[in-house]
Amino acid sequence: MFSKEVTILNATGLHARPASMFVQEAGKYKSEINVIKDGKKINAKSIMGIMAGGISKDTVVTVEADGEDEEQAVNALVELIESKFGEE
Amino acid sequence: MKEILIEDFCRDLGFEILCDGGHETITLTNSSINRPGLQLYGFYDHFDSDRVQIVGKVEESYLNSLDPVEKSKKIEKFFTYHFPCLVIAWDMNVDGDYVKCANKYGRIVLKSKKETTKVINNVINYLDAYMAPIISMHGVLVEVFGVGVLITGSSGVGKSETALELVKRGHRLITDDVVDIKNVGDRLTGSAPELLKQYMEIRGIGIIDIRTLYGIGAVKESVQIDMNIHLEMWDATKYYDRLGLDDEYTNILKVDVPKVVIPVTTGRNLAIIIETAARNNRLKYMGINSAKDFCDRIALSNEQKTD
Repeated sequence: MFSKEVTILNATGLHARPASMFVQEAGKYKSEINVIKDGKKINAKSIMGIMAGGISKDTVVTVEADGEDEEQAVNALVELIESKFGEE
Repeated sequence: MKEILIEDFCRDLGFEILCDGGHETITLTNSSINRPGLQLYGFYDHFDSDRVQIVGKVEESYLNSLDPVEKSKKIEKFFTYHFPCLVIAWDMNVDGDYVKCANKYGRIVLKSKKETTKVINNVINYLDAYMAPIISMHGVLVEVFGVGVLITGSSGVGKSETALELVKRGHRLITDDVVDIKNVGDRLTGSAPELLKQYMEIRGIGIIDIRTLYGIGAVKESVQIDMNIHLEMWDATKYYDRLGLDDEYTNILKVDVPKVVIPVTTGRNLAIIIETAARNNRLKYMGINSAKDFCDRIALSNEQKTD
């Protein structure tokens, strides 16, 4: 199990296109990945779950992965969030 | 422990607020009720003050049989206890003592037009549902021939595509991707999170609206979860049930749900397999176990040969 805390920086939060990019990236890894917001676990590979999670700008979430590539997965997803999904 | 807005509680149960005691919410620890007859008489051993208190005609006629000073004393003593709220049934016009004491001790007093037994029933049912443990699971929930089927499996295994095929075959979608599950009286009820209702994601197409595409008959608000179908990629080294003699279960919120593991390979029509599993589940429920009957038949035939 590997996890990291991260703050959502981009203006639209984890909605629409950023959500799609996030889920796409999560899907590349074999590990089971969850995003934890206010104690609620959301499957990181589920677009509907992520979009309905209401993860807006400045929300602090924990990205947690369990599996053979857990560390890579968490690092890549945190990096993606920190890169603001290419938004300005 | 859970809190509920007094306003919501009254709206849903048709109660009227006589006194809110300066609170906005009712704090509840369980879904039971208490008739405070004995307490009003003066017996406070084993008093369940953490329950919703319901006053009916018995309590009221007893109090009215007392002289006014005695009556006020009894009511005041009762209100010194910290209870979640008091409901007066039968739309009875109780005099000022209740409201005076409620204000003094900060208690909530409500009133219902219904008879006491109805109020008790409604409050217990409502609180059972409200206090029920809830979890959110990753999966798809469909109703197939009236059987609530929770389809689980890792991302990309084809849960949504299978559900779409089932919808096309006349079954109903409850929710795609995220299933909210509630345990009310050891029965699991699954529904969609408000935002996701009737939407589905199909890889390559994107988000689709099932109700608009397939009509009102293709969706359903909630369903009791009767079985779990777990889809997984075919693993040549793993043992899959070939007879169906052993029952496997998934434990969700302390309830055992019959589980069927279905290996996925190209060319397997999962919708038909799930339809069959649902039919078989109903059959088992009605006491017909095909796998067992088949084995019994073989055993009988072997016996006859040896005779």
